[in-house]
Amino acid sequence: MSVGYRRDMRWLGGFLVVLLLAPPLLSNNYYLTVLTMCCLNAMTAVGLSLLVGHAGQISLGHAGFYGLGAYTTAALSTTLGVPVGLSMCAGVGVTSGVAALVGLPALKLKGHYLAMATLGFGVILSILFNETVEVTGGPSGFTGIPRLSLFGVEFSSDLSVYYLILAVLGLVVWLSFNILHSRVGRALRALHTSEKAAQAMGIDIARYKLFIFVVSAAFAGLAGVLYAHYLTFIAPASFGFLFSVQLIVMVVLGGMTSVPGTIAGAFFLTVLPEFLRAFENVEILLFGAILILCMMYLPDGLAGGSRRLGRLLWKKMVVRAAKDEADAEAGEGGNG
Amino acid sequence: MAEPLLSCRDVGVRFGGLQALSGVELSAAQGEITAVIGPNGAGKTTLINAISGMVQAQRGVFRLGADDITQAPPHERSRLGLVRTFQNLEIFSNMTVLENVMTGCHARLRVPAWASLLRTRASRAMEKTILNEALEVLDFVGLFELAKYQARDLPFGKQRLLELARALGARPRLLLLDEPAAGLNMSETQVLADLILAVREHFRLGIVLVEHDMDLVMRISDQVVVLCFGQVISRGTPAQVQRDPEVIAAYLGDDED
Amino acid sequence: MDQASLLQYLITGLTVGATYGLTALGFTIIFNTTGIINFAQGEFVMLGGMMSVFFMHALGLPEPLAIVLAVAGTTLIGALVERLAIRPVRDCPAINLVIITIGVSILIRGAAMLLWGKDTFALPAFSGSAPIAFFGAALMPQTLWVLAISLLILAGLKMFFSRSIHGKAMLACSFDPKAAALVGIGVDRMVLLSFMISALVGAVGGAILAPITLTSFDVGVMLGLKGFAACILGGLGNPFGAAAGGLILGVLESLGAGFISSAYKDALAFVILLALLFVRPSGLFGQKDGKRV
Repeated sequence: MSVGYRRDMRWLGGFLVVLLLAPPLLSNNYYLTVLTMCCLNAMTAVGLSLLVGHAGQISLGHAGFYGLGAYTTAALSTTLGVPVGLSMCAGVGVTSGVAALVGLPALKLKGHYLAMATLGFGVILSILFNETVEVTGGPSGFTGIPRLSLFGVEFSSDLSVYYLILAVLGLVVWLSFNILHSRVGRALRALHTSEKAAQAMGIDIARYKLFIFVVSAAFAGLAGVLYAHYLTFIAPASFGFLFSVQLIVMVVLGGMTSVPGTIAGAFFLTVLPEFLRAFENVEILLFGAILILCMMYLPDGLAGGSRRLGRLLWKKMVVRAAKDEADAEAGEGGNG
Repeated sequence: MAEPLLSCRDVGVRFGGLQALSGVELSAAQGEITAVIGPNGAGKTTLINAISGMVQAQRGVFRLGADDITQAPPHERSRLGLVRTFQNLEIFSNMTVLENVMTGCHARLRVPAWASLLRTRASRAMEKTILNEALEVLDFVGLFELAKYQARDLPFGKQRLLELARALGARPRLLLLDEPAAGLNMSETQVLADLILAVREHFRLGIVLVEHDMDLVMRISDQVVVLCFGQVISRGTPAQVQRDPEVIAAYLGDDED
Repeated sequence: MDQASLLQYLITGLTVGATYGLTALGFTIIFNTTGIINFAQGEFVMLGGMMSVFFMHALGLPEPLAIVLAVAGTTLIGALVERLAIRPVRDCPAINLVIITIGVSILIRGAAMLLWGKDTFALPAFSGSAPIAFFGAALMPQTLWVLAISLLILAGLKMFFSRSIHGKAMLACSFDPKAAALVGIGVDRMVLLSFMISALVGAVGGAILAPITLTSFDVGVMLGLKGFAACILGGLGNPFGAAAGGLILGVLESLGAGFISSAYKDALAFVILLALLFVRPSGLFGQKDGKRV
């Protein structure tokens, strides 16, 4: 529907402008790092939201795809000397290929069984990252990854990398909006609500599930390759079950079907640990508590919560205005 | 006459130890309305499920026109022109009325997925086409004013119409209606009956419907097939079937002698 | 490959598998009563071991008392979790509840880290650690305790569900909560009971295994995941399947560690699980999904 599309595009434009202008306003280069991480997490989370929120599937192992992209490009560019641009493409390609292979049998499963399959897959990848020391460097991580450079242009400053990542995020969001506002998006929403009816309408649900699974994995892989060349160091701990969980929380917190909401959720969950770091030992505790409270009091996520807040404020304003008017009239009536 | 539009030969369906259908033969011609009736548990919905591919028949051959669809999965059969509605409404509650019908057009009006991904001019043009076709169908069915409403907000009767409209969006050759009048009151059923007749006139398709509402069945059907315990016990015009003593016995039980 | 080594792996596998089985039982009980997967289940197992250590070392209590208190304490925590985090939002969509349980697991883990630090702790074996010779393999006495207590719990649960009125009421809730409520079963109370029983079972599992595998604040994560895997392996919702799934998982893991590589043994468990799911989606003992259209 073009009306919805235009509205989403306007949102995207505004969002990009705000983030474009943000860096000079940040007092510390560290904040730029946090912002960059926000964008990378948003990229992965948006892909996941297409799969979970719209198509109604589940993936508890998406951190694995993120890591697969990162390690593929790291190994190719560092160990084998492949040019960075090429190794990044390979990273996304490998991630997509593995997703297609795993997705084919896995997506035949539903509900808790699909959750378990994706969870198991994520754990297997995580263990592989830890144990194949010759390839990945093991638990101590993979160092010396070359910085981002495309077509001979080296992105040497943090700021330039940030803008590149922001541009890629914009691209990913644009592609996501395109999917959602197309017949593909309708097919996904259809199979979410009723697989039977979707089939009755000629939708090959197996193919569409696989398609969106691979797309969401590709977005995660894309974020992973950028991550590897941005930090120039990666470690398996970043790609484990805990991160998969965080990604799901970003989607749920964002309100499941809202892409802007998912991005807000990603930003919130990336920034939160930074705030909590001040609390040191209680950091994990507080994170858990905040998670619980958010889920209890914001059941339809930030998007839903902000909508409800907006309606509440609107109602208060209207009631206030009506009351003022009534008072004014009463006053006049008394005088007249 | 040319070969029938839908032909089901010797259909047998088994669920574990229960033989739900055996030796069922059914033919439906284009422009004809065939009703499948029978007491509860006769296997009517199982037959619809078998024809549409939701349930695997252990025996039997299904043909749609010249195509053998016996091995085809449900979405394949739909693409070939065999579209069904559901006894328990299966509208897409997370979409608007219009989007529901646009989804109905999915199989017929296609663009490659990458074109949708990149929002090419071709995909945008196709979206426009789909939109207009869907609006036409909604107009035909009488839901045009409700196009922008959320499907889940519609009253039940209108949701039934929506399900029909969605199926029509696919421009089927054969329409399978599974208890379309279930839950409708008398005036709504009248509207439905007129609509089904209008659909037959306008779209020149074949219709097979499973129904309990005898007035509806007798009014609009050209042919009636009676199922009982998974077998066909009678076949003919509504008048013929009404008089058939076997049918009467199946519904009302045997006379006390 | 000699018989003694095989037997050794088998014994190790059964021992660890018993804990997986108990964890899986905990998952199953809560799932059957509420339809939720409680991702904090692993933490109940962790608490069983860690609290036992705490009561013994910090408070100087004799081991049996420490364990009893630890199990009681964990059961209480299970009740608190249900009351504070689950009951207020029981009508939430499933995924929200899953995330809440994940939040609870993070919370419990964080609290454990705060209270007891990141060290690993040992709990003394119940009847000494002198191994018993058994057909060429070394059998730890603790292993016998693990297997015996696990069997006892399994038998106890079976009797509870099939004989006692509370057990039957819980089963009724799992089949149809509305119908259960209509016949006067307090569904809220059943849910609370299910959390308490799961916590109890998990804590026992943690306490009996701690002497063998050591315990620390983060053992809950992997245990929880494997317990869940055991559940799925045996067919979600089937208590017998959960116990069997745990044992099978433990044995396969142990054999894999012995024959292939101990580094990858965790991965092996999940590879087997995935292979099984792809071939038989409803688990070993689960029912095939035969829904009517």
